[in-house]
Amino acid sequence: MKKLSQLGIGERATVVAVNGEGAIRRRLFDMGITPGAEVYLRKKAPLGDPIEIAIRGYELTLRKTEAAQVDVQ
Amino acid sequence: MLQFALAGNPNSGKTTLFNALTGSTAHVGNWPGVTVDKRVGVYKKGETPVEIVDLPGIYSLSPYTPEEVIARNFVLDENPDCIINIVDATNLERNLYLTTQLMELDIPLVIALNMTDVLDKNGDKIDVRALEKRIGFPVVEISAIRGENVDTLMARALEAVKNKRVGTSVLKDSLLGSAIANAEIALRLKDVGAPLFHAVKLVEKDGIEVENHPAEARAVQAFIRENVRGKADGEIDTEAEIADARYKYITAHFSSTLTRARRNDTEVGSKSDRADKVLTHKWAGIPIFLLILFGIFHLTFSENVLFLGSIIPSFGEWCAVEGGAMKTVFFAGGLNSPGVILFNLMDWFTATLGEWIIAGIEALGASPAIVSLVENGILRGVFGVLSFLPQILVLFLFFSILEDTGYMARVAFMLDRIFRRFGVSGRAFMPMIMGFGCSVPAMINTRTMADEKEREATVRVIPFFSCGAKMPILLAVAGGIATWFGVGNADVITYSMYLLGMVVALISLLVMRNTTMRGEASPFIMELPAYHVPGFRNLMLHLWDKAKHFIQKAFTIIVASSIVVWFLSSFGWSWNYVGENMDNSILASLGKLVLPLFTPLGFGSQLSADGWVFAVAAVTGLIAKEDVLATFAVLAACLNVSVQSGLDEGVGEVAAMIQATGIGIPALISFIAFNMLTIPCFAAAATAKGEIRKGKFKWTLLFWVFTSYLVSTVIYTVGEWWWTAFIWVAAAVCTGVAIAIHNKKADAKKLLKK
Repeated sequence: MKKLSQLGIGERATVVAVNGEGAIRRRLFDMGITPGAEVYLRKKAPLGDPIEIAIRGYELTLRKTEAAQVDVQ
Repeated sequence: MLQFALAGNPNSGKTTLFNALTGSTAHVGNWPGVTVDKRVGVYKKGETPVEIVDLPGIYSLSPYTPEEVIARNFVLDENPDCIINIVDATNLERNLYLTTQLMELDIPLVIALNMTDVLDKNGDKIDVRALEKRIGFPVVEISAIRGENVDTLMARALEAVKNKRVGTSVLKDSLLGSAIANAEIALRLKDVGAPLFHAVKLVEKDGIEVENHPAEARAVQAFIRENVRGKADGEIDTEAEIADARYKYITAHFSSTLTRARRNDTEVGSKSDRADKVLTHKWAGIPIFLLILFGIFHLTFSENVLFLGSIIPSFGEWCAVEGGAMKTVFFAGGLNSPGVILFNLMDWFTATLGEWIIAGIEALGASPAIVSLVENGILRGVFGVLSFLPQILVLFLFFSILEDTGYMARVAFMLDRIFRRFGVSGRAFMPMIMGFGCSVPAMINTRTMADEKEREATVRVIPFFSCGAKMPILLAVAGGIATWFGVGNADVITYSMYLLGMVVALISLLVMRNTTMRGEASPFIMELPAYHVPGFRNLMLHLWDKAKHFIQKAFTIIVASSIVVWFLSSFGWSWNYVGENMDNSILASLGKLVLPLFTPLGFGSQLSADGWVFAVAAVTGLIAKEDVLATFAVLAACLNVSVQSGLDEGVGEVAAMIQATGIGIPALISFIAFNMLTIPCFAAAATAKGEIRKGKFKWTLLFWVFTSYLVSTVIYTVGEWWWTAFIWVAAAVCTGVAIAIHNKKADAKKLLKK
């Protein structure tokens, strides 16, 4: 088990759980990061953070701190 | 009149559809309390006119962002006759997530499937018939950008209105289906509208719902504890469960209607991907962005495009030769940029128009006071502001293009890391940069920021990014210093002032986000839209919207304020017209009255008899920064010193004022710093008032006055007595430590409470 923030560029994984609470967690759900969804780490910003992932056929950016709430496999 | 609401994800083409439906009747209005736009227009092509309400773009009807709350309140309270849900076909799953929530309302629903043309280009296909059958609502394939099929869409919506609808949910067979059904019955008994929608929200433990129906909320949670068993023991996370169930349903039932040519997202295939590879490249990304930015400002403000005049000497010489009014519009030592050409044309137009008007009223035999009122009171104010319109629009056009292509989102992505340190997200960057052009459009552009505190902090520091109108002040005073004292270089002084503004902006952000507007940088979970070529029609609508806003300001607030200033500067206390003898005017005596206030800044009581000129210029600058140089010109003429001619605009006047008042270099620098950092101008102040929360505006004004006063005082005292630098540094360190200690204590208290 890994965190989404720990994925390397070009790595692919499946979401297992979304931790935390409140607005950020809900936002992650609403954007399609739910258990079972496939993610693919497309790239990192020039300064290393935030990251860009492909999920459910579109591109999403989030910070590493937010990505650290997501467990992947 | 029937009322249809347009709902959909941000970036799904909602506004484009709105414009296609309503044509040019679109007008923008603010919703009370919140600064998110709600647009209302009328569709007139059908049998009966239909009012179309464009709701803010949302991903969900959860209660967290202001956009979501607005959209939710609208559909629940206003009960529109139909909801048109625009769905981006290239992003089906996530768009349908909102659809599954809209389905739960009792309002007729029609789905507008947009961007299928993009889908075709990628080689993907969507089976619209199958989708319509499975989803149970009319699905109409449209192209919002080309206006295709929008009439069919409206026809089907009008048809849907004829039948009453009761909410349906995709969650019926999920783990929480029974809990939702129970809650729905309870709410139905209570006669709540849209019971199914509220039932789902109750099960989700949605904050707003639990507050409204506390008894039912308790009952629902008790029911779940008793009857619902999850995979693991312990309490079920209903919010996660429901979001998950929605997406599972979408994948199982709707995703199969889409056949993709591209099997996975690792392949770099589309043009969008290739462009993105370069534009957000690890090393090249930020330099490319800086180059684009430079290009935009170059094309808007440069009088020497591509440095042609300097690179090709013969061309430069030819440009420098005077050649009548029309030639100077296009060339002046080099080729003018489009922005400057438009500026010159506008300038030429307003000057000519002004001359005609003045000649006209003089011919009618108007008194000198009336002529002066029209010339200096009305025309100068209106034309002064209007002359900036071309460059603001050019700047805005470029920024709109960047936004529409999807590049702006990438800029936020690249720069977020830097800005987070100062307590704002990467989204704050663009508005700040636009501030170099004009604060008004820059402040309006902060609307893309989600967090209110963050947005307010950004609006406050935007004026510190020195705008086009402040540049002449910088140039004139810097030129005056260089000419009179023979020290320094006017360009270096000007650049350092720009830098000072940026540094003050960042420090202020840091201080505000740690004190009065405390809070972490808002989360940055943002969709990166596919790049696409912006639509011309949309760009023009965008531009027209801004132009209208600006012109309205010019003709209302600016006219009023410049008439007041004109009156105060043209009349004495005994209501006598003083004309050019401004030192006998009400304004001058008021200037002398407030003079002591400016003493710590170096341009107050310590100056000789004529010292009030700087104070008065600074005060008139609060209305419009263009007024500062205009006041200089009027005042320098009243002084008993000769104004050297043949220098750049304002430089001679400043040199004369230095001679007459005996002001020193530190005080002059302090004077420009004050002008740069204080209340920007009436237009910007009025914009700020509209953009930030009610009741916060007076604090914003105070913030500007305080910051400018403090920074100028520091500059003056340190410049005059170098050792005071130690006192200031010590004070800054103490303040910083005090804030840190206070925040730590507050955090500890919060933790204890938890």
